[in-house]
Amino acid sequence: MARAAVLGRLTWRAVTVTGVRDETATARTLVLDAGDWPGHLPGQHLDLRLTSADGYSTQRSYSIASAGPGPVEITVAAVDGGEVSPYLARDVRPGDQFEVRGPVGGYFVWRREDPAPVLLAAGGSGIVPLMAMIRDRSASDSRVPFRLVYSIRSPAEAIYARELARRVRDDHGLDVTYLYSRSAPEGWRRAPSRIRPGDLVANGWPPELDPLCFVCGPTGFVEATATLLAGAGHPAGRIKTERFGG
Amino acid sequence: MTHTDGNLLAGPLRAILGVDLTTAQGTCDGCGARGPIASALVYGPEPGLVARCPSCENVLLRIVQTADRAWLDLRGLTSIEVALA
Repeated sequence: MARAAVLGRLTWRAVTVTGVRDETATARTLVLDAGDWPGHLPGQHLDLRLTSADGYSTQRSYSIASAGPGPVEITVAAVDGGEVSPYLARDVRPGDQFEVRGPVGGYFVWRREDPAPVLLAAGGSGIVPLMAMIRDRSASDSRVPFRLVYSIRSPAEAIYARELARRVRDDHGLDVTYLYSRSAPEGWRRAPSRIRPGDLVANGWPPELDPLCFVCGPTGFVEATATLLAGAGHPAGRIKTERFGG
Repeated sequence: MTHTDGNLLAGPLRAILGVDLTTAQGTCDGCGARGPIASALVYGPEPGLVARCPSCENVLLRIVQTADRAWLDLRGLTSIEVALA
């Protein structure tokens, strides 16, 4: 599967939306029937192309949220003023069609045979490819220890909150820590703030354990977090980053 | 919109060259820095994708795509090392 997932000339394929699931007020999961999808590795993404009746087309990249096999799912957060994401996150309906190509990307990928402990650091919708890793860990009965540090502005913005709570209970060896940057739940011990060095010391892994760190989210979050990890002694080659822009 | 990164180049580059180049090690002809293409800073997507060196911001490569054609400009890369295994 790994070879099939990264090699060969890419072509566009038509996909049909078979289901939608609201995750938060602004983020929605789309379930896609992608025909003979070749399978994917957790962390990979797909390119999505929308073409209007007059022939104008535009493309974007979206991380795959699901772990294979089964239907391909993406979770899209609406970006205000965006050209594509508001349509996908608000207007799309089951039966709608568009084109995708993929899976693509071999860099920001977790491989289930890698025994190193894993730190996942997500900012906002950067949780999506990391969720695919958490789901694949569970699907493969992996016992590799995973720690997720998930930065969001407020509790209402937590994507996959219920599934994460269930997996913390049932998937042994998964820890989840929320960092709220603007408003925390009543009585929360940590005052709202952007990610700080202590957050990664308390909730990550020391460099001596040689963990693999995946950092995904808005560019500012990713660069701040990667800088903190490097400052704590994690080598550059163990810090994998994916920037969503914003 | 600020920059994203070289992960975004996975599809456009594979559509042209048939291999995943995001894990390949590129060497910048501006400063000599070496690193995975995935770690380049990428601006775009319109009118095209521009990848810059994370160390010196030299333009590493540019891609312009239309519905049926793509242009790839690799001006800032001295070499690209690809694992064949």
